[in-house]
Amino acid sequence: DTSVLAGLYGPAEAKISKELPDRAALEVLLRPKVGLPGVLERSREQLLRQTCEAVVLGVLHPRTAITLVLQVLSDAGSLLSCCLNAACMALLDAGLPLAALFCGVTCALQPDGTILLDPTARQEQEARAILTFAIASSERKVLMANTKGSCSVEEMQQCLAAAQRAADAVFQFYRDSVRRRYSKS
Amino acid sequence: PQGRLLCGPGLRRSGAGLLVTKCGLLRHRPAGGGAYWVDSQQKRYVPVKGDHVIGIVTAKAGDVFRLDVGGSEPASLSYLAFEGATKRNRPNVQVGDLVYGQFVVANKDMEPEMVCIDSSGRSSGMGLIGQDGFLFKVSLGLIRKLLAPKCEIIQELSQLYPFELVLGMNGRIWVKAKTVQQTLIIVNILEACEYMTAEQRKQALAKLSGN
Repeated sequence: DTSVLAGLYGPAEAKISKELPDRAALEVLLRPKVGLPGVLERSREQLLRQTCEAVVLGVLHPRTAITLVLQVLSDAGSLLSCCLNAACMALLDAGLPLAALFCGVTCALQPDGTILLDPTARQEQEARAILTFAIASSERKVLMANTKGSCSVEEMQQCLAAAQRAADAVFQFYRDSVRRRYSKS
Repeated sequence: PQGRLLCGPGLRRSGAGLLVTKCGLLRHRPAGGGAYWVDSQQKRYVPVKGDHVIGIVTAKAGDVFRLDVGGSEPASLSYLAFEGATKRNRPNVQVGDLVYGQFVVANKDMEPEMVCIDSSGRSSGMGLIGQDGFLFKVSLGLIRKLLAPKCEIIQELSQLYPFELVLGMNGRIWVKAKTVQQTLIIVNILEACEYMTAEQRKQALAKLSGN
């Protein structure tokens, strides 16, 4: 199973070189399970950062730094959407002001045209194209789309529709986890 | 709903409607025109005007002290903001001391400022916190629970040992009891209170008072 550990620190004091005068500076660090972070981790960090900046209300905390650290514990496919879900749960748990929630869904397009949601590593290798979408909770808008491989425009629209339907299940999971946490206190 | 509606923490006005920005339980107080707010759990403190907090003195810069209050910036406290302080009569505050005060300026654009006197010039319990005792950090939700009127936890603890307690809205609690062991026992109970139900707490206290 794919699992990612997320830790969020903030809003904390920012270095003068990094602080922005009107909003919070969001930084994402992604650490792979083995080895040093490389170019792939850097590009994923930027994707996550831009997705999070779209939902976090940074204007409420100017000149601060929000740091999100993600550690990959195990990778069995659909890593990017697992990171997106972990990031959203970390933002929820820390109590940062958010405009909307988001979730990550991965679609694999197989050579015969069928769509597989949340593929395993094996299915990802056999697929023709892998699409990852970050979907917001407000009217299921698309925040981020990442494609590996080639597919036609209609296939992408079909994958998007399937991902939007699957996003409901993820948001329900968020809701259940939060409810369990608040029922204890 | 018509009439005036007060938005508390966790809610923001966006256009014609309301936006919920934090996750938690939605609460409603019907008194005085109706107020809605979201009770959320968090550990990081954001300075709010009027909050009473415990700060740690980190530096003395001329006429002001810099205090660490657990937010994103250090707060400033002028040496004249103590009861009975004049330019000749400075308060005896050193680096590393604990100070209990309230915020007089705290918004997102400016550095937070604290004072240790209230609007009439009296200290009303604020000021330098004495030597000894133990300072520790808990989540903000537990502090709000402890500050509610008629809190059972504090009443039950006071039947166990006599102690002094200062609660800061930034999640910091300072406890002092007669011996070090009693202080540590109270610290452990307060930290565990966040996750214990009322029955578990009563059992733990009964075991301790029986010892």
